[in-house]
Amino acid sequence: MSLVVENLTIDHGAIRAISNVSFTVAQGELAAIIGANGAGKTTLLRTLSGLKESKSGSATWNGKSILGKRAEDLARSGIMHVSDGKSVIAELTVKENLALAGLWRKDKKDVAKATDEVVELFPILGQRMSQAGGSLSGGERQMLAIGRALVARPKLLLLDEPSLGLAPLIIEQIFQTIKSLIKKMDLTVLLVEQNAMGALKIADEGIVLNLGSVVAVDSAQNLLNDPAVRAAYLGY
Amino acid sequence: MSEFITAVLTSLSSGAIYALMSIALVLVWRSTRVINFAQAGQAVLTTYIGYDVIQKTGSYWIALVVAVISGAVIGAIIDRLFMRPIFKRVNSGPIVMIAPVAATLGLLGIVQALIGFKWGLTNQSIEAPVSTNGIKVLGSVIAFSKFNLLVLVFVSVAMLLLTILFQRTNIGLALRASAYSPEIAKLSGIKVDTVRTLGWAIAGASGGLAGMLYIPGYFLYPNSMDLLLVFGFIAAVIGGLESLFGAVAGAMVLAFAINFATTYVSPKLFFPTAFIVLVLVLLVRPAGLFAAKKSRRA
Amino acid sequence: MLKLTPSKKRLLLFIIFGWILLVLSNQVGDLKLYQGSFVATYALAITSIILLTGYSGQLSLGQSALMAVGAYAGALTIFNAGFHPVIGLLVAALVAGVFGLLLGLIVARLSGPYLAGTTLALAVSLPTLANQFPILGAEEGVAFDVGSAPARFGEDFSQYKWYFWIASLAALIMVWFIANLLTSRYGRTYKALRDNPVAAELSGINVGQVKVGAFAISSGVAGLSGALLAILISGVSPSAFPLSLSFSLLTGAVVTGVYSLKGVILGGLVLVAIPEIADSLVSRIGGSEGFTTSLPGFLVSALLILAVVFAPNGPGSLIKRKHHKK
Repeated sequence: MSLVVENLTIDHGAIRAISNVSFTVAQGELAAIIGANGAGKTTLLRTLSGLKESKSGSATWNGKSILGKRAEDLARSGIMHVSDGKSVIAELTVKENLALAGLWRKDKKDVAKATDEVVELFPILGQRMSQAGGSLSGGERQMLAIGRALVARPKLLLLDEPSLGLAPLIIEQIFQTIKSLIKKMDLTVLLVEQNAMGALKIADEGIVLNLGSVVAVDSAQNLLNDPAVRAAYLGY
Repeated sequence: MSEFITAVLTSLSSGAIYALMSIALVLVWRSTRVINFAQAGQAVLTTYIGYDVIQKTGSYWIALVVAVISGAVIGAIIDRLFMRPIFKRVNSGPIVMIAPVAATLGLLGIVQALIGFKWGLTNQSIEAPVSTNGIKVLGSVIAFSKFNLLVLVFVSVAMLLLTILFQRTNIGLALRASAYSPEIAKLSGIKVDTVRTLGWAIAGASGGLAGMLYIPGYFLYPNSMDLLLVFGFIAAVIGGLESLFGAVAGAMVLAFAINFATTYVSPKLFFPTAFIVLVLVLLVRPAGLFAAKKSRRA
Repeated sequence: MLKLTPSKKRLLLFIIFGWILLVLSNQVGDLKLYQGSFVATYALAITSIILLTGYSGQLSLGQSALMAVGAYAGALTIFNAGFHPVIGLLVAALVAGVFGLLLGLIVARLSGPYLAGTTLALAVSLPTLANQFPILGAEEGVAFDVGSAPARFGEDFSQYKWYFWIASLAALIMVWFIANLLTSRYGRTYKALRDNPVAAELSGINVGQVKVGAFAISSGVAGLSGALLAILISGVSPSAFPLSLSFSLLTGAVVTGVYSLKGVILGGLVLVAIPEIADSLVSRIGGSEGFTTSLPGFLVSALLILAVVFAPNGPGSLIKRKHHKK
């Protein structure tokens, strides 16, 4: 089961946001897409999760095309898109937020089990179950967003800038958690990040996006050591 | 004193009916970001259907059930076959501001015209199932009847059921999530389109109930619920368009304001009071008296 | 060589058009003159909607109420105070304009359905006010009499031709005025406001002031058209300005292009034609009384929906699209 993107082109109004982008994420891998603001990273993710339409090209998961499908259908087939902490519904409680991804699942026992596992993973959520999502701190909200996705027992996780607006310690915590999830839950992860350093440190593969085009695809390690990448994105 | 009690009771009773309408409007607003002006037409249509049922069966109760169910069905049909295609087509340009209002207004006109085609324009009436005479309390007769009491009971039960639905069931959670954030709901695998149609169905049912509870005091003709629509709208705005609680509370505020103004000041103040209350709320607390947020999401 | 600026061209156009109408009025019969008067009146009312909704982006359902205000103001001026009809018309426009100013101040912060709903509430409640104040004549209303044509026009000058002249002249002058307004920088300001209020605010436009101003002017125009309507039906009463009038006017505006003045006459024609079409449909296919009375409303509503969905920018855009396809 891998995610294969080929020659994907996406327009955002009159702007070509993504231009002929190709990459592959093998099963069990964590791939990081890094690039400056406006590089098109979020647009790419939103297209893969069904929130946006593409212009041309292909994207398949497990051999099946995921383009042109409705977001809710993709979610039900195991592809979960996690936005940053803003994707927590502030007016619902933590418990209700967590329940969202399991609403459609028939196996309620497994939903309960998955929810317990999430609470084990993020104990702070367990303490805040009946509080409104909007009252959580930034880090807690990010955990909730990720936790909510995990309740659906996804196979492919699309993470959109989980570190946005979070303190460095929390970022570290979250990145480590993401890394540990892969083995634990048999996940494949596509991580989009502005925090290039943090992302590449936990990733297997790295994709550098600039103004909508891929400028480099390589193992994360190589990218970390690449002087051009270091100068442009890692700050040293 | 009895005047005061009467005023309070009649306020509760009329407030209850306004509440049904404002709930219907809030439900559709939350799920579709549209003020469904056609609700007046839907509610009157279901009441005509109820009228037909009464002619055939002689039973108000059967008619009530049929009206509520057909309200739900009609509401769902309107969402799927009318609103959705229109919104798909009209999604750019300045017309986007006008389109939702024009669409629901146009639909209102069509429904009312169709009613005129089928049933004609003469006033019909539906008889209340219980007495509409004032009941005796402590020796004097007050302007509150068994029927008014029935209305209060029905609406309270409906509120209770809706609250349970929204707060305690999975479907209710899906409805709320889709209203707060359709995108996150979609990403969680919730079929937002289906949920929205369900919202319209519940709204339609609420309107159906409103019609059958309202008309026995008045005449039935194609435009007979226009006024109720306006009051339901005002109630919804007062309440903040955000929650069912706000819708009900807004309806009560409006009903009390109108009833007390007409009882204690002058009967001529019926309409002006409603308009003044609306304007005051819009000027002072545009988000509504019971909204959590200060700003109004348009 | 005479240099014709666009505004001079426009003036010339209006004068020529007015002259054509004058000539025509001597050729056609009373019925057509009467209908023509309604066309002019509706066209003027639709103009107020173009300004308010098409240009400044405020969707109001209250035009019927404002027309009623103008009509009553004008009627009372002529009837109770005994002033000359022209004064009556001016007062109608002014009073309605002031009313619109106040209304605009109240609703300036509203948009979309809030604005629509509030003006809807106004349109429903205002006519009933007439019943509260005896001076407004309750249900029967107040008479609106502009007298007959001056004697020097001769004995053959029919009352209907007189109506037609008054309505057309008033409409021409007003529409010309509004046309100038909309092509001036005010018009551009309105459009900027409609398309992107945030950007407009940021570029220094006082959004509230502009909106209220548009409301006031539009209401004045509506008030004048209301007075004209009262002339045509020889009086003003609450039932002459129902909510359905607002609705029909909005439809007339949208169907013929709410974003430009070019279609207002066509809009007026549509509004006059619909009852006629309904009549001929009924005589052809027959129908109950309910059918007959409800048919015009049905046509108007269906037209509104079709226009919004298929030709939001008026029939002109449909024609353009056809050309493109070729």
